[in-house]
Amino acid sequence: MSKKKEDLSVDAFEYAAPQNLQDAVALLAEASGEARPLAGGTDLIAQMKENRRSPSLVVDVKKIPELNVLSYEAGLRIGAAVSCTQIAEFEPVRVHYPALAEACALIGSYQIQNRAALGGNFCNAAPSADAVPPAIAYGAALVIAGPNGQREIPAEDFFVGPGQTVLEKGEVLVEIVLPSPPPHSGAAYLRFIPREEMDIAVAGVGSFVQLSPDARTCGQARIVLAAVAPTPVRAKEAEAFLTGRALDETTLAQAGELASQAASPISDVRGSAAYRIELVKVLTRRTLGMALERARG
Amino acid sequence: MRQAIELNVNGEPHDALVDSRETLLDTLRYKLGHMGPKEGCGNGNCGACTVVLNGAVVNACLVFAVEAAGADVTTVEGVAAEGNLHPVQQAFIEHGALQCGFCTPGFIMSAKALLERNPNPSEPEIRLAISGNLCRCTGYDKIVRAIQAASQALSQTA
Ligand SMILES: Cc1cc2nc3c(=O)[nH]c(=O)nc-3n(C[C@H](O)[C@H](O)[C@H](O)COP(=O)(O)OP(=O)(O)OC[C@H]3O[C@@H](n4cnc5c(N)ncnc54)[C@H](O)[C@@H]3O)c2cc1C
Ligand code: FES
Ligand code: FES
Repeated sequence: MSKKKEDLSVDAFEYAAPQNLQDAVALLAEASGEARPLAGGTDLIAQMKENRRSPSLVVDVKKIPELNVLSYEAGLRIGAAVSCTQIAEFEPVRVHYPALAEACALIGSYQIQNRAALGGNFCNAAPSADAVPPAIAYGAALVIAGPNGQREIPAEDFFVGPGQTVLEKGEVLVEIVLPSPPPHSGAAYLRFIPREEMDIAVAGVGSFVQLSPDARTCGQARIVLAAVAPTPVRAKEAEAFLTGRALDETTLAQAGELASQAASPISDVRGSAAYRIELVKVLTRRTLGMALERARG
Repeated sequence: MRQAIELNVNGEPHDALVDSRETLLDTLRYKLGHMGPKEGCGNGNCGACTVVLNGAVVNACLVFAVEAAGADVTTVEGVAAEGNLHPVQQAFIEHGALQCGFCTPGFIMSAKALLERNPNPSEPEIRLAISGNLCRCTGYDKIVRAIQAASQALSQTA
């Protein structure tokens, strides 16, 4: 018992670590003050230390079996509490969803990835969240449990604004579900940061391409932009433009131009709005090129 | 809220009464006397607080002690076996990979974890593995050389 440090700048809170989903939902739904789920804590604990969040109840969701699922059968199921390290090391993710594995391995450091959950990356709802664009590009859906049962929504409909999601009081994100990648498809995620690691994206782009059955043109594309709008956004005009076209360099560059029109970035210390627009063009072109290579196998 | 927890630190069981606000780092340092892990930033950026929690390196400043109830924790104090320095520790000394030493316990934990998953890392792999650890003194180069030397020493004893 050496020199006790009594600098508890965090506001007092109750802590619970329920073993099942029903209990977690009940605790969150019945709480009188602000109640927050806790996954890896790499966002929440940092925010609590800065008094940006002061929940009076913290519900640790890491002991709930449904939130620890990680399986690949008819698609990929990732429990909302599964860590980025577990995801990036899971063989089916490396083989079938390399863009997601790469994004999980970009988040912070090894120390962070060992704690940070994909569910936390979603629920923190930072516009710069790195694992979100590839998940949406692969066509992810989110399973949400609440006092009125479960619901499933497309992942791209989850975000309302910076730090805000559609989750209602008492609701918990249970799992992220990705469909099996169709034949002749591929995806990639790239972000730009001014250093090599440990920084927040100035801009990021996740792209998915599925080739037509004869492999000559683009059958379907999804392009998701990060850190250039209040939420992650799809560049639907660029996606529509690509559909049915032969994917040569010029077409990919044109898609980049169109994608940049879906961006509504702010200027901040990380970069000006104009710079972010340029980044979206370049990152879209590059990720489409990488996705195309993967689609061609 | 206070809660009694058990913690296994460096192989020894401990009981502690912790406040829910208390981080694992605070408990280790101020309740259990393990002063190896340090608080640099308190927000996951510097890695001075790095410990192994149930087999994985984590920032102890971003874990509430209550979350670690029942867990196995290794701090830098638990790295030397039977009074013999671990090859990573030995290499840090021989290669002058520290000056003030504040960051060293964190680097040792990250380096040891790296060599356990990847006994022969390339230089980029080493630099990636220590990207969550900041050092204000050495300029990193001697740390990288020390980890390379530890990798060689370990492969010779293996
Ligand atoms: C040093 C450092 C570097 C970082 N680098 C990156 C980076 O490069 N890229 C990046 O994208 N992020 C980065 N982050 C942010 C963070 O690590 C990620 O967003 C991470 O995925 C959050 O996951 P978590 O499990 O730690 O979330 P937590 O902190 O546990 O939770 C985040 C939020 O989600 C809520 N929540 C968690 N789980 C659920 C659930 N199941 N249902 C409902 N709500 C839930 C919590 O209440 C909280 O509001 C970094 C953070 C740090 C400290
Ligand atoms: S004190 Fe924990 S990362 Fe800096
Ligand atoms: S030796 Fe001083 S911070 Fe690294």
